[in-house]
Amino acid sequence: MIAIIDYDIGNLAAVSNMLRRIGHDSMITADPEAIGAADRIILPGNGHFDTCMRNIVASGLVPLLERRVLKEGVPLLGICVGAQMLGNGSEEGVEKGLGWMDMEVCRFPNVEGLRVPHMGWNHVSAIAPDNPLTDGLGSDSRFYFVHSYYLKPSDPSDVMLTAEYGIEFAAGVSRGNVAGVQFHPEKSHRFGKQLLLNFAQSGS
Amino acid sequence: MMYRPRVIPCLLLRGHGLVKTRKFKEAVYVGDPVNAVRIFSEKEADELVLLDIDASKEGREPNFELIEEIAGECLMPIAYGGGITSLAQVKRLIRSGVEKVVINSAVALGSTAVISEAAAVFGSQAVVGAVDVRQTLLKGYKVTAKSATLDTSLTIEDHVRSLVDAGAGEILVNNIDADGMMSGFDLKLIRRVADSVNVPVVACGGAGSVEHLSQAIREGGASAVAAGSMFVFHGKHRAVLINYNPGELAGI
Repeated sequence: MIAIIDYDIGNLAAVSNMLRRIGHDSMITADPEAIGAADRIILPGNGHFDTCMRNIVASGLVPLLERRVLKEGVPLLGICVGAQMLGNGSEEGVEKGLGWMDMEVCRFPNVEGLRVPHMGWNHVSAIAPDNPLTDGLGSDSRFYFVHSYYLKPSDPSDVMLTAEYGIEFAAGVSRGNVAGVQFHPEKSHRFGKQLLLNFAQSGS
Repeated sequence: MMYRPRVIPCLLLRGHGLVKTRKFKEAVYVGDPVNAVRIFSEKEADELVLLDIDASKEGREPNFELIEEIAGECLMPIAYGGGITSLAQVKRLIRSGVEKVVINSAVALGSTAVISEAAAVFGSQAVVGAVDVRQTLLKGYKVTAKSATLDTSLTIEDHVRSLVDAGAGEILVNNIDADGMMSGFDLKLIRRVADSVNVPVVACGGAGSVEHLSQAIREGGASAVAAGSMFVFHGKHRAVLINYNPGELAGI
């Protein structure tokens, strides 16, 4: 059972809908028992970094999530701001991140002709082709992005996928059982289905 | 491997059916919305905009159940607009599976509060400020409200800037005169909007060909384009046929 953490942020139905379409059950939940029993966890996130961090801390779920993810090795996938939260913090705000990966989150530089937020479809390149999360994602893979801040892991080997918008940036990061994608797989047709399928089957 | 500007089918909802208009009038039935969205998902459309064209005019709320059903079929982002006047409605829409809300008349008639509140809770990327524009006899422009049934005295620049200042993360500009005509965008109008704000501008009204879409981006300065007739009609007799071919859009 995949637990999609519900901490009062945005639209989670699309994630569980897409998982259902690829044949995997999920539960949108804030219930510690359900999270305690889940074999995979998805951390979504939308809107302002600080709002997301304050909400997750206020939910009281962080110690449980840390036990499951950092101690028990449950595979975790952060999506959009959920991926940004995995790091140390974001230039968008003042709150500290979860610190599960050594990573900063930086604002896109102003580049002539490219408006921020980066909003729309963009191609990604798989930097870590051995990572099972990138299985089946060929060179035509593209996903829907909407963000003004991008992931910047300190260790380049944590970069799993890259994309380009004025600069090359990390579209996906991965270290051990913790992964994050900046784009929205639940809104990226067959490419998103492939990525979520890879996650649903990971670590088994 | 690059970023391509979004090409967004714009679907107009009247009751439980999809319609297509010309200059915001003469609505013609084009099909069932749930089915249409399913087809656009299969064809891998970039994104959808769904607009209830009667809600504001009739002082009515969004049809939440229908919207939830439609959004459930959508494997790409969907924006909904029509009759949104409160944060409570925005919350319900987002929970129903809509990524973005499109707010127009509420602002054109005086209050940006719903935009600010929605942006504060969900982020600017979830709020699209829309403006419906028609040309006047003297070749100026008028910003209208309630499906073009009311003229306002706002200038385009003032209106779109107030939308962005209030928190809208995108602007959707709808050209009433070009609506349904498929003879090209009003590039001057798009340029005026694009030059007055820093957020992405989505141009709608007039698209009849991929070339038009390209013009709106390259000459008009739009960040994305929306089209209705082009994706629901086929041929000179406007037979209803849902079409969308990402391969054709590669170079815009």
